[in-house]
Amino acid sequence: MEIQQNYAVEVEDLTVAYDSKPVLWDIDLKIPKKKLMAVVGPNGAGKTTLIKAMLGLLKPVTGFVRFTDTDTKIQKLKNRIGYVPQSGSVDWDFPATVQDVVLMGCYGKLGWIRRPRQTDIELTKKMLKKVGMEDYASRQISQLSGGQQQRVFLARALAQEADVYFMDEPFKGVDAQTERAIVALLKELKEQGKTVVVVHHDLQTVPDYFDWVTLINLSIVASGPVKDVFHEENLKKTYHSSTKLLKGMV
Amino acid sequence: MNSILTLFHDYTFQTVALGSALLGMISGVLGSFAVLRKQSLLGDGISHSALPGVVMSFILLGSKNTEILLLGALISGLIATLFIISIVKHTRIKFDSALALVMSVFFGFGLVLLTYVQKIPNSNQAGLKRFIFGQASTILQRDIIIMSVCGLILFTLVLLFWKEFKLFTFDPDFAQSLGFSPKKLNILLSFMIVLAIIIGLQTVGVILMSAMLISPAVAARQWTNKLSVMVMLSALFGAISGIVGTSASSLIPKLPTGPSIVVCASTIVAFSILFAPSRGVLHRIYLHRKNRVLYRLKGD
Repeated sequence: MEIQQNYAVEVEDLTVAYDSKPVLWDIDLKIPKKKLMAVVGPNGAGKTTLIKAMLGLLKPVTGFVRFTDTDTKIQKLKNRIGYVPQSGSVDWDFPATVQDVVLMGCYGKLGWIRRPRQTDIELTKKMLKKVGMEDYASRQISQLSGGQQQRVFLARALAQEADVYFMDEPFKGVDAQTERAIVALLKELKEQGKTVVVVHHDLQTVPDYFDWVTLINLSIVASGPVKDVFHEENLKKTYHSSTKLLKGMV
Repeated sequence: MNSILTLFHDYTFQTVALGSALLGMISGVLGSFAVLRKQSLLGDGISHSALPGVVMSFILLGSKNTEILLLGALISGLIATLFIISIVKHTRIKFDSALALVMSVFFGFGLVLLTYVQKIPNSNQAGLKRFIFGQASTILQRDIIIMSVCGLILFTLVLLFWKEFKLFTFDPDFAQSLGFSPKKLNILLSFMIVLAIIIGLQTVGVILMSAMLISPAVAARQWTNKLSVMVMLSALFGAISGIVGTSASSLIPKLPTGPSIVVCASTIVAFSILFAPSRGVLHRIYLHRKNRVLYRLKGD
């Protein structure tokens, strides 16, 4: 029991398949608490699928995901788990303001039917300030740039006040300045004792940004502290199939 | 002018206009969600799929009662919706294809049944044909009560689940991660849209009903960037179309009511697409021109 307490999420024997083709194969993963963890792997390695399966958005063929200090199912955890989806996953021409979208982060806490209150709106404003978007609160979301969309989604997740965060490529399409701001936020979350799992693409920044890393390509190649796991041999193992693919194409 | 005044005092006109306005409001509200979910054609699919239900309930129960026929339509519409949802869920067929598939099968079956009914001796099938093109003049006070009750239920549900519908329409994955089941919300919202469509069948008919669902919502979207305002505007546009369309068809001889309601709604759409501020075509052309002049000046 004592050991269990050190992990925020445990994944066991998780296999996910689209049609008959497996996209995740027999994943065993333990995500320690209070860590910033990167999920790294080539395109099509199943990074997004892993996040979605952990969130219960996809039904796995086998295996299960446990949020360790509770035995309840993810659906009942509501706001314990924060989620930042890829910003391209929604239609930004939806009739809503930045504030409307960030307020959605409070919906889980509220549950069915109950309306957001003044305190929720204040929380929303606070989170918008954290991501540097306080001047955009009443802005129509279709007028945002890619980087601003990312920050709005981040603010929405912050408004969830969750314990564990899953973020799907929060650095996609953001400029260097925004990236630094997001990294600072992630580190702040960690200092508050939160666990943050980030799908990441830029291998060079992994040692700077993260202290834990999971290398994935269909199955887990390695998972552990960056300094132990993040070396060339493991990276070659992770990316071998894509180099093979590249060779095949030449 | 005088004729308009007498018209508004006419009891039959009042009933039909009220019914059409109610229908416009209901389909305007539900249509907003259908349009935002990119399921504009759901209305077309469901209304066509309602036909076999209408004919079937006539064959089985022998009744020409509007309520009973519409109940059949409702059941058949719901079955079609469930088919569409489960085809999308369990196969790799996309929503639009599933819709077209289900709709053509159901509508075809409905036509076959209609032909069969025609052959039954002593059965006047004119009462059934009105569901294809709609016949607003058949609206009775009883129908108004049914419409009001359905409308009240639908509006209450929209208000009650406002936050959930908004979230689910914008980002269903996020909704699920918060513990709001998109499956349940999808079924609830789809069923509500089905009910809204069935209410309109008697007035505008199977073929034009989808216009009532889409037009007010599309027009409303042009004028606002707020969901609540869009839904209310859409209801207003629907109601105006209903009243103006009914008036036009009463004043001009031989002008059918359903189609004139739809024409009125389409006029609002055309006007909104052209003249709405910021999203309107004319405004965009104006901005483009202005920018061109501005940048040319700067270039000098």
